[in-house]
Amino acid sequence: MKLELRNITKRFGQLTANDHISLVAKPGKIHALVGENGAGKSTLMNVLFGLYQADEGEILLDDVVQQFSGPGDAMAAGIGMVHQHFMLIPVFTVAENVMLGHEQTTRGGRLDIEAARQLVLDVSSRFGFDIDPDALVGDLPVGVQQRVEIIKALARDAQVLIFDEPTAVLTPQETDELMVIMKQLRDSGTAIIFITHKLREVREVADEITVIRLGKVVGEASPTATNTELAEMMVGRAVQLKVDKGPAKLGADALVVESLTVLDPTGMAVVNDVSFTIRAGEIVCIAGVQGNGQTELTEAIMGLAHHVSGSISLDGESLVGKSVRHILDAGVGFVPEDRTEDGLVGSFTIAENLMLDRSHGAPFVRAGALQLKTLTEFATETSKEFDVRSQGITSKASQLSGGNQQKIVLARELSRDLKLFVAAQPTRGIDVGSIEFVHKRIVQTRDSGIPVLVVSSELDEVVALADRIAVMYRGRIVGIVPADTPRAVLGLMMAGEVPAGVAA
Amino acid sequence: MSKKTPDALDTATTEIAPPSRWNIALKEMLGGSVVISILSVLSALVVGAILIAVTDPGVHKAVGYFAARPTSTFQAIWDSIFGAYSSLFQGSVYNFRRPEFATGIKPLTETLTFATPLIVAGLGVALAFRVGLFNIGGRGQMLIAAACAGYVGFTWQLPPVIHLIVAVLAGIIGGALWAGIVGVLKARTGAHEVIVTIMLNYIAFYLVSWMLRTQGFLQAPGSNNPKTAPILETAVMPKLLGPSYNLNTGFLLVIALTIFVAWLLSRSSLGFQFRAVGENPNAARFAGIRVDRMYIYAMLFSGGLIAVAGVIQVLGVVPAGFSSGIDAGIGFDAITVALLGRAKPWGVFFAGILFGAFKAGGFAMQAAEGIPIDIVLVVQSLIVLFIAAPPLIRALFRLPVPAGEPKPVSLRRPRVKAVTR
Repeated sequence: MKLELRNITKRFGQLTANDHISLVAKPGKIHALVGENGAGKSTLMNVLFGLYQADEGEILLDDVVQQFSGPGDAMAAGIGMVHQHFMLIPVFTVAENVMLGHEQTTRGGRLDIEAARQLVLDVSSRFGFDIDPDALVGDLPVGVQQRVEIIKALARDAQVLIFDEPTAVLTPQETDELMVIMKQLRDSGTAIIFITHKLREVREVADEITVIRLGKVVGEASPTATNTELAEMMVGRAVQLKVDKGPAKLGADALVVESLTVLDPTGMAVVNDVSFTIRAGEIVCIAGVQGNGQTELTEAIMGLAHHVSGSISLDGESLVGKSVRHILDAGVGFVPEDRTEDGLVGSFTIAENLMLDRSHGAPFVRAGALQLKTLTEFATETSKEFDVRSQGITSKASQLSGGNQQKIVLARELSRDLKLFVAAQPTRGIDVGSIEFVHKRIVQTRDSGIPVLVVSSELDEVVALADRIAVMYRGRIVGIVPADTPRAVLGLMMAGEVPAGVAA
Repeated sequence: MSKKTPDALDTATTEIAPPSRWNIALKEMLGGSVVISILSVLSALVVGAILIAVTDPGVHKAVGYFAARPTSTFQAIWDSIFGAYSSLFQGSVYNFRRPEFATGIKPLTETLTFATPLIVAGLGVALAFRVGLFNIGGRGQMLIAAACAGYVGFTWQLPPVIHLIVAVLAGIIGGALWAGIVGVLKARTGAHEVIVTIMLNYIAFYLVSWMLRTQGFLQAPGSNNPKTAPILETAVMPKLLGPSYNLNTGFLLVIALTIFVAWLLSRSSLGFQFRAVGENPNAARFAGIRVDRMYIYAMLFSGGLIAVAGVIQVLGVVPAGFSSGIDAGIGFDAITVALLGRAKPWGVFFAGILFGAFKAGGFAMQAAEGIPIDIVLVVQSLIVLFIAAPPLIRALFRLPVPAGEPKPVSLRRPRVKAVTR
C-alpha cells in the first residue's frame, strides 16, 4: 500500500508546526524522516495517525483520500505505529497486549485468548521472532518489548509501519537487530516510515530520506549522502560532529567514589558496588543504555538519593549523607538529565532560573531580600556569555527551545566556583548548534582544571568528550576504558559483556 | 515522568510527592488571566439575573397574561433584575437615597468591613496555593486564633495599646501553629494537606465548642451560655471612622499585610523558594531548597494570615463576646477569594472587596426587594465554577486558547474502538 502525504499544514496558534509537508512512502521501501527535535516530525505523525486534524493538505492511501478522526481509523486503514514509548501493559502477557483494543470473543463474551496466542505465533514465525505469547511483557527485555509492539501492528494487517525514534531505548546490538527486522519487513512489501535523528541508522537502512527542519521539508537525500551532508541539511549549516579538545592536563585525584551502592525503595540495588576516580582536569564519561543506574549514580553524588552506602569524597571531603544544599555549596555543579522536570522552573523567568540554586545568600540575597539589580546584571551578562537566545531575561524558561533551556542550566552551574562538574545527558533533545556549544563549555571546564563527570547514552557524545569511559550495565561498572576504545567493544560492554583485556 | 515512578512509592522518605491531580487542577485555575476572572464574575451575575427573574413573584404574575400583554412580562423581568442589582449596589457602594455624603457612603464602609477578614484569610489561602498547598483548614485556624486572641482579650489586664498587640499576636501564633501541624505532618509523613486540614477543622470546632462550655477556659464567668465574656476595652480594635461606622483598624492591618505578602512573594528569598517549590518541587529540590521545610514555613505563614481574620472577627467585628460560629464561613469564602484573585496579593485584595460587597449588598437586597440572600451565595458559587473551568469561559466568550495548553482532541472519541462494540 502506498501512503502519500500532500501539503500537510498544521498550525498551533502562531506556530506552524508543519508547513506544506509532502512525502510518499512506497511499499517495499524504508523512508527515513530525519530532523532535529522540534522540527515537526511528531506533529506530522500525529496528523497521519488522526490525533491531530491537519489545517490543510490530505492523506492518501493508494491514491484514495482518507479521513482519519482518530488512531482507530488509521489502524483500520492499515497504518501501524511503533511508538518510542511503548504502548504496552506490563502486567499483561504478549498475547493479551496484542489483542488489546481488538479483542476477539467466543460465546458468552469470553476472551478468545487462544486466537490471540495463535496470531502472535503466526506473526512471529513469519518474521523469525522468537516470542513466547504467554510471557509477561514486563519481564521481557526492552528490545523484545519493541518486537511486541511491531507484532501488535502487524497483527492488524498494517501495511504502512511508522517507527517513531525506535532506537532511542536500545543497545547498539538491539539496534542492529531492529535494522535487520526493518529490512525484512521492507522485503515483504511493507511501506516503512522511520523517524530518527541518528544519522548512522538512516544511512544503514533508508532507501529514501526526507529531511525536515522547522516544519518544512528542506530536502531529500539519497542513502549515500555523508553524515556531514545530512547534518548540514538538518541544521542549515555545517556542524562539527567532533569536539575540538587537546590532551587532558591531569591533576590530583579529585572525586573518589568507592563501593557506592544505592538501593531503590523496594530494596533493589540500582547502583551496585561502583568505584571510580576522576582526576582534576579530566572528563570521565559514563556510557550505557539509559536505566542502568546512571541516574541514581548522579543523584547519589548530589545528595538526592536515599539509601546510599559506600563513600564519595571530593578533594578529601566526604559527600555521603550531606544535604543537597551542602553539596552545591561545596562546589559541585550539576546538570540534571531531565531539565524541564528537575533543572528548571518553567514558569520562572530566565533570571529567576539563573539564581535557582543560590536563593539563600550572597550575591542574590541580602538580609532575606532578593537583590534584583544584581540579578538583572548577572542574568544579562551570563545569558550573553552563554548565548541564550530569548526576548530578554524576563522571558519564561518554558517558552525557550530545549537548547536555550539547557544553556540556562549550564550558565547557572558554570558561573559558580566549581570543584566538580556533573552533567547528565547534557545534550539530550537539543539542536546541533547548542550541542556544539555545550560540548565546548564542558571541555573548557575541564581545561580550567575541574574534574568533569558526564553521563550520556549517546555513544557519539561519549567518544567525542571522554578522556576515559566507564560503561554501566545493571547498576555496575562493567569496565573503565580509554577514550579510543572501538565502538564495537563499547557496544558489547553496554550489553553487559566484558571483552577480553578490559579490566573491570 | 516515568523515571519518577519508583520515587512515588517512597513518599514517606523522599521529600516530594509527585504532583497530584489537585496541583494540576490548581495550576489550571490559577493559570488564567485577569480577563477570565472578570468574565467569570460577569457570567455569574448573568446567571444570577436569570435566577432572580425566574424566582420573582412579579414575573410569575406577568407570565400569566403573557399572550395578552407580552411587554409586561419583559417589564417585570427588567424590574426584578434591575431592582435586585441596584439594591445590591446601593447596599454595598453608595446609597443614593441618603441626602448627605456621610450617610450615603456608609454602605462602602460596610463592604470594607466585611472585606477585611476575607482579604487576609484569602491572602493566607493564596500564599499556600503559591507553594502548591491547598489549605482548606481556614475555619479551624480562625477558630483557634479567635480562641487565643479572645482569651488574652478578656482575661489579661494590660495597658491599652499593648493589650491589643499582645492579643493580636496570641491569635496569630495560635493559628500559625495550628496550621503548622499540617505542614509538619506533610513534610514528615507525606500526609495530604487537604485531608489533614479538613480533619483539623472538626477538631478545632469541637475543641473550641468545649472550651466555650467550660468555665475557666472561654465561657463567660458565671454564665451557662456557650459564649465568651466581652473583650476588654483595652484590647478592642478601635473604629477607624468614628462610632457611626463599623470599619475598624483591622482594615489598615490588612492593607499592611497585603503589602507584606506581595513583598514576601516577589522580593524575598523565602518567597522565591516558596514559589520555586510551588511551581516545580523537583527542580527546587535539585537546587538545594529544602522542600519539606518550605511546606512547614508556608503552612505557618498561611495559618498566621488566616488567624488574623479570626482575630479581627473577635477584637474588631464582634467584641461583645463570641460563640463557635465566629468564623462565619470566612475560612471557606477565603478559598474562593484566593482563586478569584489568582493567588496574587493585590488580586486577592480586590477579590476580597468584591466578596465584601456581595455580603453587604446581599442584606440590602433582601431587605429592599425581598430577594433571598441565597442568590448571593449562588452567584459566589457560580464564580468558583466558572473560574474552575477556564475552557468553559473561553468557549462562552470565544477567547483563544493560550499557547502550551493541551488540545482536548483525543477526548473526542475513545482511543480503543472495540469497547463500544
